[in-house]
Amino acid sequence: MSEQLETRDLGTVPLPGDVPAHRDQTEELLTINFGPHHPATHGVLRLMATLEAEVVKDVKPVIGYLHTGIEKTAEDKAYWKVIPVVERMDYLAYYFNAMAFCGAVETILDLEVPPRAQYLRVIHMELNRIMSHLVWLGTTALDLGAISMFWYCFRDREQIVDLFEMSSGQRMHTRYFQVGGVFEDIPVGWEQKVREFTKIMPERVDQALAILMKNEIVLHRLRNVAIVDEETLLGLGVTGPLLRAAGNPWDLRKADPYCSYDHFDFKIPVGTIGDNWDRMIVRMMEMKESVRIIEQALDALPEGAYITPDRKYALPPRHELATSMEALIHHFKLVTEGFRVPPGEIYYPIESPRGEMGCFVRADGSSKPARVHMRDPSFVNLQGFRPMVRDLYIADFIATLGMLDPLLGGVDR
Amino acid sequence: MPDATGLELIAQELRDADPESVLDTVYFRDRAAVLVAPATVPATLQRLKEKGYSFLASVHGVDYFPEEPRLGVHYELLDMREVDRICVRTRVTTDAPNVPSVTPEWPTADHQEREVYDMFGVIFDGHPDLRRILMPEDYEGHPQRRDFPMGGEPVLFTHNERTTPEWWQ
Repeated sequence: MSEQLETRDLGTVPLPGDVPAHRDQTEELLTINFGPHHPATHGVLRLMATLEAEVVKDVKPVIGYLHTGIEKTAEDKAYWKVIPVVERMDYLAYYFNAMAFCGAVETILDLEVPPRAQYLRVIHMELNRIMSHLVWLGTTALDLGAISMFWYCFRDREQIVDLFEMSSGQRMHTRYFQVGGVFEDIPVGWEQKVREFTKIMPERVDQALAILMKNEIVLHRLRNVAIVDEETLLGLGVTGPLLRAAGNPWDLRKADPYCSYDHFDFKIPVGTIGDNWDRMIVRMMEMKESVRIIEQALDALPEGAYITPDRKYALPPRHELATSMEALIHHFKLVTEGFRVPPGEIYYPIESPRGEMGCFVRADGSSKPARVHMRDPSFVNLQGFRPMVRDLYIADFIATLGMLDPLLGGVDR
Repeated sequence: MPDATGLELIAQELRDADPESVLDTVYFRDRAAVLVAPATVPATLQRLKEKGYSFLASVHGVDYFPEEPRLGVHYELLDMREVDRICVRTRVTTDAPNVPSVTPEWPTADHQEREVYDMFGVIFDGHPDLRRILMPEDYEGHPQRRDFPMGGEPVLFTHNERTTPEWWQ
């Protein structure tokens, strides 16, 4: 009896649930709508995913739910009033938005930025980079089910936004960068507070890594998942940590230094195969490198002016208004009409936490820009999502979206 | 960045390959740009790609109102080895806003060309999926054009009370 069973040809016996061979497999595809209101999309991103059982076959991002016409608004404002609105594009990288815009305008004006202002910009941008990465880490870990990571990351993030509040009066969208420099000098005691932060931050990164590195869920969702090679990423215009995770050490801070980044000694973390794991580690290591840059910038912080002394572009100090007629006139002209910018077109790229953030400004000679366009890295990187998630499980889909780190304020602008 | 001479050499090479292509060169604040005829955009980008400019960083639209031709499309190319950038620009009129799409060769242009179409109404011939991307599908007009109104309601003062009909409603 048992011998009979063993020799039976199993191939001809239809098992329950088998799909008959004559039926087209594509009939089994299911399109689901993911978002726009879904906590794991980190904003209002709608993804139309085509699934075959639990495997993602195709995905189409639908964007525009957060479109606020900032580029159009910017055309109706004087140059220095554009800074607060462009800061609201990528709302976790506001210093970078302001830097790209100010840098473009300064290039058209051919305006020299004092060294102290450049260093202060570097310190704030690197703090901002850490803050942005901490928000990314916290929310992405939350998507993977690690809620404690979220609290740890936001604890450290609070420290950074407190520093921003101390230096500029605002926690987010600080309007600290101005055309020609920064709005005001750092307050007394700020440097010590930054040093306190930079002292503990590398340790905090190590602690976060210790929590995540041996976690089985994290390992399953990240290791060898969503591998995309460098060629595909370059073709899709993907930059930033995603490209560096695939092994290409392209970083504008090193390659094409702006804002005196060439004065600092730092490394560029790169990944090896370009999976989700590499994307995470690259960002973690970037935080440590940012800490090094901040410390070096604080050590070598030059004395001197924090904004250009050219009164045509920067507001005169308050005390001068009572004694100097010219200061009063300049102040009046700047706050009413704003300064005029000679005609010209500039594309000014910088390295934001998500990749190449380029600001295109066209000046027509008036006091308002004729066109402001942000080449936002999130917008371009989102195109890389489709090759990443093809043939992955739907659970990896969420983790990969987190590792892509799109910022919907930047995508839709 | 190619210097002014380097830009002229590149422009001359492009002219040698296609005499119709380069219309003008712009060198401003150490940034190089070539203005080319709309029909020659894909070929120009391809030639520059062979010269090493293999990364298309950005595609964006500009409205040069009231100049003619009004609409402009800029392609920011980057050579990652030499760390060198060049901008390719083209200009089209609003009556015939057609530019050949570069999406088949440069996949990154997909979303960005859709944005330029959405905001300026430039039609990219040969784009696989030219739809609006940021504005709603049923939206009328192209909001980034300079003659598109900013929107908002007029503020009512005594001097314009009479010219604002039915203002009390």
